[in-house]
Amino acid sequence: MTGTAGGARATAGPSVGAGEETAGGPGETGAAEGGLDARLVAERGTFRLDVALRAAPGEVVALLGPNGSGKTTALRALAGLLPLTGGHLRLDGEDLERRPPESRPVGVVFQDYLLFPHLTAVDNVAFGPRCRGTAKARARAEARAWLDRMGLADHAGKKPRGLSGGQAQRVALARALATRPRLLLLDEPLAALDARTRLDVRARLRHHLAGFEAVAVLVTHEPLDAMVLADRVVVVEDGRVVQEGSPADVARRPRTDYVARLVGLNLYRGEARGHTVRVDGGPVIATADDLTGPAFVAFPPGAVTLHGDRPTGSGARDARRCAVAGLESHGDLVRVDLTGELPLVSDLTTVAAAELDLRPGATVWAVVDAARARAYRA
Amino acid sequence: MTPAGARATGAAAGSGTAGPSAAPSRAGGPPAAGPRTGGPRAGRPGRRRVRGGVPPLLLLPALAGLAFLVLPLVALLLRAPWRGMPDLLAGAAVWQALQLSLLCATAATGVSLVIGVPLAWLLARVEFPGRRLLRALVTLPLVLPPVVGGVALLMALGRNGVVGQWLDAWFGITLPFTTAGVVVAETFVAMPFLVISVEGTLRAADPRYEEAAQTLGASRFTAFRRVTLPLIAPGVAAGAVLAWARALGEFGATITFAGNFPGTTQTMPLAVYLALQNDPEAAITLSLVLLAVSVAVLAGLRDRWMRST
Repeated sequence: MTGTAGGARATAGPSVGAGEETAGGPGETGAAEGGLDARLVAERGTFRLDVALRAAPGEVVALLGPNGSGKTTALRALAGLLPLTGGHLRLDGEDLERRPPESRPVGVVFQDYLLFPHLTAVDNVAFGPRCRGTAKARARAEARAWLDRMGLADHAGKKPRGLSGGQAQRVALARALATRPRLLLLDEPLAALDARTRLDVRARLRHHLAGFEAVAVLVTHEPLDAMVLADRVVVVEDGRVVQEGSPADVARRPRTDYVARLVGLNLYRGEARGHTVRVDGGPVIATADDLTGPAFVAFPPGAVTLHGDRPTGSGARDARRCAVAGLESHGDLVRVDLTGELPLVSDLTTVAAAELDLRPGATVWAVVDAARARAYRA
Repeated sequence: MTPAGARATGAAAGSGTAGPSAAPSRAGGPPAAGPRTGGPRAGRPGRRRVRGGVPPLLLLPALAGLAFLVLPLVALLLRAPWRGMPDLLAGAAVWQALQLSLLCATAATGVSLVIGVPLAWLLARVEFPGRRLLRALVTLPLVLPPVVGGVALLMALGRNGVVGQWLDAWFGITLPFTTAGVVVAETFVAMPFLVISVEGTLRAADPRYEEAAQTLGASRFTAFRRVTLPLIAPGVAAGAVLAWARALGEFGATITFAGNFPGTTQTMPLAVYLALQNDPEAAITLSLVLLAVSVAVLAGLRDRWMRST
């Protein structure tokens, strides 16, 4: 194991907070003592990555972002596979940015695992300890113990091609953990699995990550993975952090269209005055929260009801005329894309959709349930 | 069923050259394929029997090419002095030349592996300025006339050569006209085959395995030795066999740089050439031995490596 002891901690002092301007929120985790404190700046062609990351030991941070947002670049920079052009990288008080990947106390689970095809599962797991100087017999014994812990004792002698996707994923995790890293990196750990396996593997991975005492950073474009696996979500778009918070907070209060789409909310930005928010375009939305100043409004598609004719009575004032842009079936619900003064997404039952005779181009009246529309500061 | 279908399409094709769409729609099914592949000539009944539809303008040159390549080998077998062969083969000269050939080709392959595989890795994996130029230089011996290679080697490693004079003065090493010189000449000619083959395999191999190894604590060298090398082993083996075969047949560079001394530098190809002047039967026999070795190598390549690469 590589020494990560106190000696290097002295270097922690000088530049704490260099990346503050890009961090979405204040680091609620004091990273001065242990854990990860990084500001990753890397340039590749016209793309620029500038992401500040902090995590306490035991914390699981998810980097959530669309493809091409730079999250994998950030991961490679953390692993040392990509040089930083700026910023800093400290782990447990030790500067890592000048260290080559092989001498960083970092373990990586790659997206397609990259298990060495010519080695058996146990030799794959023993590879790390062997490279770090453990004797062969002991390394293999340790590897067997890791595989045992992953529930793979019976598959130790198999080559990767003989393993299922879920098993390969666990071998990859065991291989990364066998070097006892202080920072575990997971690149889209569930992306290569089919839907059914994913459920099972996600639960197992959650279990293993919960027991991991050092920092884990996981990269994903799948919000559910981030919500289930991570203690904190960092949303990255176009190389920058656009939102940061607990999974529940990010899911409830998205701050960009991308996040809103991911978590399935209607999101608008505007100016709040009391229980209403005037969206930049002009329309006014009634909300449950009392707020003044720049604000976001978010509400689930289920809070939008549709009517074939202009409703009369209490809801009449808030009814908006919309055109149906598209329909999509989601289980027993139909998701309706609406255009108009206020673009909306509405969920309604299949029966309701049939009764309204919805089809692209049809005109409907939409009412947003003010009690379910939440306003929060922009 | 089938004859009826065929007749129907025949009628369609025969009567209706005007309407190409008529035949498929009327006949349908597999029998229609005949006239359709026949294309514009579908009207002629004889054409329909050639299922693949090989145009004679391609078939005839192809057969000529095949005959051109195979005929000399057949002639070699026909004219071989099968009766006297055991005696010829038992002769000390043949064994000497064969042994020397095998030894030198194997040594040249070994040298090529030791310096050629790292060179291939460098060309495939490391970005540096002038890499393309370097790759062109490496492949130059592939197209260079071997005699030119031999002359160039003399200029470099000859007794008065650029490097050779120092080798001679400081270490007392003389390469030209020695068995070691044969190995040098063969390596010069054969190594590019290995480098090209290994570099191609390296490019096809996923470099991220090396990265994965690095994140597990392996230095780049360890990653290469323990991960990359096993992954590209088939390519290395194929390259080594190619290089070995090339070295075994090497003539021009060898005779120029190492000369033609029986026992020390006279390899099989040189022996064949020399024998042809005084003893054609011996030349044929020696050629057959080389042919047998080549066929064996090719068979080995096919079965083991060519399929996977």
